[in-house]
Amino acid sequence: MAITEDAPPGTEAGAEPGPESRRLSSPLVLTLILLLAVLAQSPIRGLLGTPLMQSWMTVFVAVTVQALPFLVLGVLLSAAIAVFVPPSFFARALPRRPALAVPVAGVAGAILPGCECASVPVAGALVRRGVTPAAALAFLLSAPAINPIVLTATAVAFPHDPEMVLGRFLASLLVACAMGWLWQRLGRTDWLRPPAHGAHEGATKGEAFWNSVRHDTMHAGGFLVLGAMAAATLKAATPADWLRAAAGNPVFSVLALAVLAVLLSICSEADAFVAASLTQFSLTAKLVFLVVGPMIDLKLFAMQAGTFGRGFALRFAPATFAMAVAGAALTSAVLL
Amino acid sequence: MNRQAQAAVMFLLGAALLHAGSTDLYLRYVKAGLQPLLLASGGVLIAAALATVWYERRRNRSAGHPHDHAHPEPRISWLLLLPLLALILIAPPALGSYSALRSGTALQKPYAYGTLPTANPAPLSVIDYASRAAYGHGRSLHGRTVRLTGFLALDHSGAPYLVRMALNCCAADAQPVKIALTGSLPPVLRPDAWLDVTGTYSPRLTHDPVNNGPIPYLNVTSAQPVPVPHDPYDETWNN
Repeated sequence: MAITEDAPPGTEAGAEPGPESRRLSSPLVLTLILLLAVLAQSPIRGLLGTPLMQSWMTVFVAVTVQALPFLVLGVLLSAAIAVFVPPSFFARALPRRPALAVPVAGVAGAILPGCECASVPVAGALVRRGVTPAAALAFLLSAPAINPIVLTATAVAFPHDPEMVLGRFLASLLVACAMGWLWQRLGRTDWLRPPAHGAHEGATKGEAFWNSVRHDTMHAGGFLVLGAMAAATLKAATPADWLRAAAGNPVFSVLALAVLAVLLSICSEADAFVAASLTQFSLTAKLVFLVVGPMIDLKLFAMQAGTFGRGFALRFAPATFAMAVAGAALTSAVLL
Repeated sequence: MNRQAQAAVMFLLGAALLHAGSTDLYLRYVKAGLQPLLLASGGVLIAAALATVWYERRRNRSAGHPHDHAHPEPRISWLLLLPLLALILIAPPALGSYSALRSGTALQKPYAYGTLPTANPAPLSVIDYASRAAYGHGRSLHGRTVRLTGFLALDHSGAPYLVRMALNCCAADAQPVKIALTGSLPPVLRPDAWLDVTGTYSPRLTHDPVNNGPIPYLNVTSAQPVPVPHDPYDETWNN
């Protein structure tokens, strides 16, 4: 389907492009793009020479380069789950009742070391392996926030407020479980895009494994690039005085940092340092920033839409945002 | 994009990551600690590309005809060409004065101040000098000459700052630490030029218009242009 779109106009003249012309088209287009880019190097560089465009490019490349290793890690894990772990394993490992499976999967998020880019493909593989979606979603939300690397980074960034670490852990787990239970009550499986079977087939296990790696890398990678572009645009465009104005009002400051967490799409391993530098904001607002960021941001939204379908992401993202803000505010009211 | 084209893109992307990771290029975008992960993921991408080509050939040979694409191949994958081209053809520079002036100084009160290096002038990082001057009232700096390396930024009134971006993970979270310069400066100041500045402590302090953070002054005695350092960011906060 997609291939005909990419084909050069010439092939569309025929009644139906044969398999041969389809097969040739995308490598040809790829070659042409690369060739043109190399030939037009200097005008492109000239266009991108302004400081604004340069810092946009730097942030764009940085977000992509930083996220790719974690994406590859997640893709390898998800391919291993999809090919080598039998579905019966998850049936045994997780409690049969979904209501209990949700918190177990949420706590299990602590063992995936990495940031949010790794958790999306892994959660997709869990759903394909028959794990109840509610539990897989709890895992998706908790894994980037409560793993030891992220919690250690939080402790380093907030040396004078160790309660931030506990607050982040509890609030993230709470919100992840609440979203899992919410999905179990209200979620409908037809919102989730049916898993693409073709990508995980293969004559041998090795073929199925590499097929899954290829498909997930190309797919989630494309959405990652889309998210990185959005994040770079907002990083370049967000006026800093706007934040200063919001910091004065307690309600605005919480909402402002929640929105900022979504827009900036910073890796969950680094967001604590950014939160710590927002000195004019209250600890509550900073906790909201730390809970919202790993659960929903532009990059994650794009990747979730790619893995689970747009219909899912459009419903799941706003609910996650509201739940994360409420959960973090509640935790900080009790704890901080 | 069909599988051969996907294999080509994965191969190029893997090669670009290996290239960036094995030179200093990656330090413009991410922290130094990510290097092993970058190299490993570059290797995995190349392996996936080769595996795709190999299985595709075997499949074509055994089936006797090219297999049909029963499932949609993701069109979004074409976007992966953008970071590839950006990294290989353009290789944008590390964040400079434009970003530094748009965000407030990220200086934070340190736990403790180490002893000053005995060399004269004492080599210090921009962050180290700024925190000693802003929070330690320059007590550890009295009577000493210090040497700092950073890049120049000029605000709209033309006032010069020596800046170093502090980085935790990647350039998206990089934040500036600024020092205002006074004293004998070079006659021509170009933003983004890297300088080796020698000077002494000045008790003057100003506040960043962006976030009201403290910006200490440095009394410059001499300034020398230097090439961009090996790692343009300050990563001391990672350790």
